[in-house]
Amino acid sequence: MEVIVAVIVGILFAVGIYLILTQDLLRIVLGTSLLTHAVHLLLMTMAMLKTGSAPLLGRGAEDIVDPLPQALILTSIVINFGITAFFLVLSYRAYQKLDTTDMERMRSESSRHRGRSQ
Amino acid sequence: MSLLHLLTLSPFLLAALIPLLGKAVPRLHTGWFAAALSALLFAALLGYLPEVRAGSPITESFAWIPSLGISFTLYLDGLSLLFALMITGMGALVAVYSVAYMDSSKESPTSFYVCLLTFMGAMLGLVLSDNLLTLYGFWELTSITSFLLIGYRHENYRARYGALKSLLITMTGGLGLLSGFVLLYVMSGTYRIRELFEVGAPLASHPLFLPAMILILVGAFTKSAQYPFHIWLPDAMEAPTPVSAYLHSATMVKAGLYLVARLSPVFSGTPEWFWLVSLGGLVTLLYGSVAAVKQTDLKGILAYSTISQLGLIMCLLGLSSLSGIFDGEEQLLYAAAGTAALFHLLNHAVFKGALFMVAGIVDHETGTRDIRKLGGLAQVMPIAFTISLFGAFSMAGLPPFGGFLSKEMFLEAVVETLHAGVFDLHTWAALFPFVAWIASVFTFIYSALFVTRTFLGPRKKAMRGLKIHDAPALMTIPPALLAALALVLGLFPGLAAYSLIQPAAEAMMPIAAADGGRIPVEIKFWHGWTPALWMTIGIVAFGALLAWSARRWAKLYAFFPRRLSINRFYDASLRFFERITVWVTAFYMNGSSRSYVKYILGFMMLVLGFILFNSTDVTFRVGAYAQIAPYEWVILLGLAAGGIAVPFAKSRPVAIILTGTVGYMMTLMFVFLRAPDLALTQMVVESISVTLYLLCFYHLPKLRTEQQAVRFRLPNFLVAIAVGVLMTLVALAVLGTNPFEPISDYYVRESYESAGGKNIVNVILVDFRGFDTMLEIMVLAVASIGIYNMIKLRRKATDVGSRHVSHDGDESDEDAAVFRHAQYGHDGPTEETLDERGSAENEQLEPLEAETSESEGGKLSELGEPDDRDSASPETEVPRMKGGDSDA
Repeated sequence: MEVIVAVIVGILFAVGIYLILTQDLLRIVLGTSLLTHAVHLLLMTMAMLKTGSAPLLGRGAEDIVDPLPQALILTSIVINFGITAFFLVLSYRAYQKLDTTDMERMRSESSRHRGRSQ
Repeated sequence: MSLLHLLTLSPFLLAALIPLLGKAVPRLHTGWFAAALSALLFAALLGYLPEVRAGSPITESFAWIPSLGISFTLYLDGLSLLFALMITGMGALVAVYSVAYMDSSKESPTSFYVCLLTFMGAMLGLVLSDNLLTLYGFWELTSITSFLLIGYRHENYRARYGALKSLLITMTGGLGLLSGFVLLYVMSGTYRIRELFEVGAPLASHPLFLPAMILILVGAFTKSAQYPFHIWLPDAMEAPTPVSAYLHSATMVKAGLYLVARLSPVFSGTPEWFWLVSLGGLVTLLYGSVAAVKQTDLKGILAYSTISQLGLIMCLLGLSSLSGIFDGEEQLLYAAAGTAALFHLLNHAVFKGALFMVAGIVDHETGTRDIRKLGGLAQVMPIAFTISLFGAFSMAGLPPFGGFLSKEMFLEAVVETLHAGVFDLHTWAALFPFVAWIASVFTFIYSALFVTRTFLGPRKKAMRGLKIHDAPALMTIPPALLAALALVLGLFPGLAAYSLIQPAAEAMMPIAAADGGRIPVEIKFWHGWTPALWMTIGIVAFGALLAWSARRWAKLYAFFPRRLSINRFYDASLRFFERITVWVTAFYMNGSSRSYVKYILGFMMLVLGFILFNSTDVTFRVGAYAQIAPYEWVILLGLAAGGIAVPFAKSRPVAIILTGTVGYMMTLMFVFLRAPDLALTQMVVESISVTLYLLCFYHLPKLRTEQQAVRFRLPNFLVAIAVGVLMTLVALAVLGTNPFEPISDYYVRESYESAGGKNIVNVILVDFRGFDTMLEIMVLAVASIGIYNMIKLRRKATDVGSRHVSHDGDESDEDAAVFRHAQYGHDGPTEETLDERGSAENEQLEPLEAETSESEGGKLSELGEPDDRDSASPETEVPRMKGGDSDA
């Protein structure tokens, strides 16, 4: 299973990076989301998968899975949520202001704005 | 902290207080504070004289950066004291002079005196430092203050040009100096000058000895304007005249000489040091004196004259290094060159200071410094004329002034090289007296031209209408004092010789002093008919003849090829570097953030790939993997398919929903991978995120309908594929490589024992790694504040109806909004949009919470009965998000 998941990590990474390199602001935000998922899977895979039951004590389980990646991922999920929300509102605002979500056009728009005011 | 430290640092303290004092006592010119402090420091340093003269230098140490072995050690011996007295004494006179020169009603002198005082402190620190690193620090500080003072009238292009030029050249030399110091440290293991002396002979045989010497000399030569680094000094004359008198003739340019004198016990006795220093000085002496004659600006003459005189002293310092290889009688003969250097150093500060101040007076009274427009001022400015006569006589080396004595000593020293017979001197020694004599003739000529063209002859037409008179007393007294001192040094040389010069010479040449006890410094007027005296007579005769006929042969200067001048080279190289810089920067800083992302990824791939394929510890393990259940296949394929589909989605909502699908698949993955807490959190977060995305479109209907597929771009595609492959390899490598014991065992063991919780993940989050969680909450808080502000600003912008107004107008509205917010806090105008968003989110959150608690009973019961702490994760996560938002 680990190899398959590793391949999926690679796919998600590739898609995430590809989206980040596009010009559409919204797709960049989506790209970061996918990238986060890839990182989470990577962290999980690092500690080997399904080596025991859930990391809960007192239930008589012989083996449990590594709890540390889970703790890391939990933190990451929440931070990622905050960042995604921030990005989203940022691009929303940028669209409102400049009427585009295209990074290239945004640049010319904002310089036009500045040029007009000077 | 000792008194000496306090004295050294007091100029910095006053510099910090000057702006306040200027406000507190507006009627008093701020220059008086600087003058008072300088005079005070001069008196205080004079108090150390008996002790230093008796041969017991003062050392005061103060641990500054103990971990790096850098202590702020001050060391006051004869050499340091000579310089320190020159710095503070000239400082006091220049400050008094500047009070009259700097009209406080026209320009604010505050920044001028802040720089001047900072410079004085830096210069004092430089000559008193015993640690090479602190010395370097002060060295650069003098360059910076010099830069600021040259550019004091920065609205003038020439001032900016001169300031930059001096900074670039002296800073380049400074870097050389630093490297030289570091090499000295590598060789000797110490940064303390005193300890460096004790290392002695082994240093000279070290392979790094010569590079260190050359680097340090580059520093000293750039600072002391030695050929070919002299080009910054004439341009530095754009500084106000008090600055030229102080920094660019009396003190800062002598820092290079100080360094050479200070370190000569380390380097002297080697042929490289002798030839580099003495020949460098000799060439500078000749070049400066020849170039000074063709100058038409009074300050230009003085600038080239300063270059020439600095070369003279440098040459003497080089000659004095011969004392290191001789014994007895001969050693003292060459040590006399060192004495001459120090005496001339003092004389030069005195007469050049006076002449600069006279140039300032002439400029101040007539409005020009061009000798072609000046003339015949002796009748109307008798005092200035007298002062300049004293100064020029001393500069030309005529009796009965101090300059005559030191010039005689110089000529004697160069004649003495004929008898040395070491370092190939038997073939080349004749060079020294010959060049010295020619340079002295030119020195006589420019001294004569300085006086005659300004003060004698007929008044020029342009000047006739002006009512010219002597400068106010405040401006006249400092140069008059210096002129008097030039005479006193000539008539009673013993005054300075035994008190100042002798201790300084002994500090500079400890070997000579150790042998003969004290270095004899008897400076006399009459030596008999020595070669030096005949040379002087020749200089006066030829000099007078050439000065008289100067107008006739001055045309010869036109034959100097201007195209090959060093200034041209400097300007061309500056333009060249500018163009290169622009080109290189434009090459990679193209303003597109996507390119920057690619750089980051490229670097990451390079480093990761290198480690992955070059490390022998990395193995790709095979076998013993977990089994995949059939339903897990579905999820895995779903993840892959969902991910791949996102870039192909034409419309944005579809892309969002596909991303959401991947998120929910992840939730399921977490369930299968025995991570119930993650599954719950992921589900909550995914739901909110998708809702947020779609909410965006609710407010921006245009964006929803806009169809735009992602255009295929091969470079991006390749980068993405490469990163993907690399990350797969990283994942596999991590699986196969296990060099350390996992730290997870500790958490599993201690979770119940130490923290009393059974859900290990939660225990790690809230207990073992509680700080991480706190910082995570902070991230959320920062994000919420950011979001809140963006929403708020949007509302202001639309509400005021200023969207059609210019961008800057918008910004000021935004600023106003922020300001209002800061003022009113929550009582400020309510924000409809914010409430809307907030309530929308609350609506979303509440059902989710319900769902969460449901799932606690439902899904979790499948996985096991949670104890009290177990439910912490989903419950803390959700309120945390809410809390973060509502906090803002």
